[in-house]
Amino acid sequence: MPIKSYLAHPHKDKKDELFKALSSIEQCEVIPAENKDLLILITDTQNNFEEDTLKEKLETITSLKLLAMVSGFNTPKNT
Amino acid sequence: MYTSVLTDRRSFIKRMALLSAMTAAATMFPGILFAEEQERGLPKNGNLDWKKAPCRFCGVGCGVLVGIENGKAVAVKGDPKSEVNKGLCCVKGYHSVIAMYGKDRLTKPLIKKNGKYVETSMKEALDLIASKMKETIKDYGKDAVSIYGSGQWTIPDGYVASKLFKGCIGTNNVEANARLCMASAVTGFMTSFGMDEPMGCYEDIDYADVFVLWGNNMAEMHPVLFSRMLDQRSKRNIKIIDLATRTTRTSKASDRSIIFEPQTDLAIANAICYEIIKNGWVNKSFVEKHCNFSKGLTNIGYGLEDKFKFKDKPEKITFEEYKKFLEDYTPEKVSKLSGVSVRDIKYMASYYGDPNKKVMSLWCMGVNQHTRGTWMNNLVYNIHLLTGKISEPGNSPFSLTGQPSACGTVREVGTLTHKLPKGVVMNKKHREIAAKIWDVPVENISPKPTYHTVEMFRALDRGDIKFMWIQVTNPMVTMPKLKRYRDAAKKEGRFIVVSDIYPTPTTDIADVILPSAMWIEREGMYGNSERRTQYFEQMVEPPGESMSDTWQLIEVAKRMGYEKQFYYKEETHIEEIYNEYIQFHKGKKHGMAPLEVLKEESGAIWPYVDGKSTQWRFNSKYDPATTKEGFDFYGKPDGRAVIWQRPYEPAAEVPDSDYPYWLNTGRVIEHWHTGSMTRRIPVLHKAMPYAYVELNPEDAKRMRIKTGDKVKLTTRRGEIIMPASVNERGIPAPMQVFVPFFDENMLINDITLDSFCPISKEPDYKKCAVKVEKV
Ligand code: SF4
Repeated sequence: MPIKSYLAHPHKDKKDELFKALSSIEQCEVIPAENKDLLILITDTQNNFEEDTLKEKLETITSLKLLAMVSGFNTPKNT
Repeated sequence: MYTSVLTDRRSFIKRMALLSAMTAAATMFPGILFAEEQERGLPKNGNLDWKKAPCRFCGVGCGVLVGIENGKAVAVKGDPKSEVNKGLCCVKGYHSVIAMYGKDRLTKPLIKKNGKYVETSMKEALDLIASKMKETIKDYGKDAVSIYGSGQWTIPDGYVASKLFKGCIGTNNVEANARLCMASAVTGFMTSFGMDEPMGCYEDIDYADVFVLWGNNMAEMHPVLFSRMLDQRSKRNIKIIDLATRTTRTSKASDRSIIFEPQTDLAIANAICYEIIKNGWVNKSFVEKHCNFSKGLTNIGYGLEDKFKFKDKPEKITFEEYKKFLEDYTPEKVSKLSGVSVRDIKYMASYYGDPNKKVMSLWCMGVNQHTRGTWMNNLVYNIHLLTGKISEPGNSPFSLTGQPSACGTVREVGTLTHKLPKGVVMNKKHREIAAKIWDVPVENISPKPTYHTVEMFRALDRGDIKFMWIQVTNPMVTMPKLKRYRDAAKKEGRFIVVSDIYPTPTTDIADVILPSAMWIEREGMYGNSERRTQYFEQMVEPPGESMSDTWQLIEVAKRMGYEKQFYYKEETHIEEIYNEYIQFHKGKKHGMAPLEVLKEESGAIWPYVDGKSTQWRFNSKYDPATTKEGFDFYGKPDGRAVIWQRPYEPAAEVPDSDYPYWLNTGRVIEHWHTGSMTRRIPVLHKAMPYAYVELNPEDAKRMRIKTGDKVKLTTRRGEIIMPASVNERGIPAPMQVFVPFFDENMLINDITLDSFCPISKEPDYKKCAVKVEKV
């Protein structure tokens, strides 16, 4: 599956909460900005099923306001 | 061993993904910092060669960087240098390269022999096409051959098509699928301003305080622009109002969702104008200096009959007459018709009327695919003209396009029956300019438009057209009242050529199928919604014998004896064509950027004057083509824009006791139009595998229909059975259903109606009457 990167925007004052929520998901790598309300999210899944489950999980995070995609990489498994 | 390579590669790619995100973040939030250890050891570029291109898919026209490795496109990221998307990318964009590598990619020309497709050489296929065209012209005249292209044509594709058919052969049988999505926007611009395409640009998003979306599901159809709006909302106090007939992802993300009864947007726009005048919010000096008032014919019909003709008769009126006309559109009266509360009508009017609020109106298919599409475009402009909120940063009526080059190719090159690259065929001067640049006798160019798209397929049915060449589009999924036109194409004595990259229901009707080179497998340019022209180089080799649509046309033109006009060399033809084309647009009103600039930068916005893009037209602060201080709507001879008196008129077919529901059709974020490319991208196909019919939960409950149940939809054109969707992605208003059209296995257009706007000739895919039953 492609590895994807996103800009994750938290709801007001929810940056830490969002960081915790995302970090607790196995397929997510999260890098918070030091000085802005923004986190970078990198997701890495092995198959379609895992990808769908992850999507569902992300949708339930209440501190997440918006996910904006940045890039997708077509890994060897998918080519 | 393999695992370790893979692990290394995956971690390398992850670092690259991080780098892209950091770069995008830096563009959107100048000064943003990440912990130092995160930035350490980020890969530079590895083996990937990153090249810039406009995205293949929608009219937003995001700049993307495509990663090439060993001759194959393997990655996409948003280009942080692009002013369009500032590094962002949507789900379609970043999977776009996978669409090039589907298993059933067409790689060889196919000719139908005794009912079977047989592989052949490109030479033989092109020879056959040229000889068929010549034979058809000899036997039935030049108006028996036609070409049907696309808003996904590159600029050179459309240009050579127009030159061959209009200039050399001498027929105006040139149309493109943008007739089905953008024609009302064009006639709206022409009637209100005398010049096509938006006056503003995407940067308006950074300045506007209020966004009114007129029947436009931007969260799914223009996702990157919608992200930009949401991003503004996180920084400033802005309002997003979604005015629509269906609750969508856009409605859910907006500050206010207002649902109206189909077709009554005409009345709502007039009610907003009524309120603006009544409350003294008219910008009097702007209107006095820069506007005229006009009315046109009413009860103008719906184009349902063959050879339907309509010509408007504009007549000047006074402000007082216009004001009197609006008395029929008080919020109270319109509320009854539209189902929108008086409070909501006044709420919208108050934002448009507030001199301290900058307002951007955005629209796309809801307004354009409308039997009064031209009127609807006029009416939104009326609101902005009455308040003087136009042609300056943040005050912007903005008509969005669907396809990557509906503007660049169809509207600017002019691949519609009445158009030329500059002007229209009816105008002698415009024909002379074209004849000179094309190096053809001026008599070659016919002064009479022939068929708009729906009528072109009707002519194929009647037998007036015998030969049709279809490129980069899939009309056997997208034509309204499709069955009639599918049967037409299969009739004896018709010869159909289809150029495409995959088999589709349209290649099924072809006599010859040509494999095309896709996007970055060739060189080209697109023009997006904000007048931005963007260039892309050839980055990878096309598979098998695939050939660009441009070169296919050139090869056929040469075979037909037009070597002189199609003098281009294979290595340099795109440059030669572009340089020839931009001669049409020389000058301050439409000058195009030189190719070197397009190669260097992430596009340029025309008019490109003295080395600079013009972001806001008609305003002397920004537009060097203006000839007076302040505003100059120079598309009109007197420099004044027109405020149009346009009434509410009902839809062509409205629900009744036999067909009690409204049927609305449209798109979903995962799929690009008819899905011929995106359904071959596994992750997108899986996310949205087949079409469905969305029902209102109350209607579904009454009929005991649950998600997944089979539902039969019947209109006067036929019936279709599909699974129900209740309370999922979109929620139609009561007594309405919605069906996406991307699924070639469930052709919803078999039952839609081919009514169209009599001025623009654009069909209304959003409204017809349907019966809904549980199977
Ligand atoms: S918004 Fe449109 S142009 Fe931008 S990445 Fe998505 S499909 Fe491509």
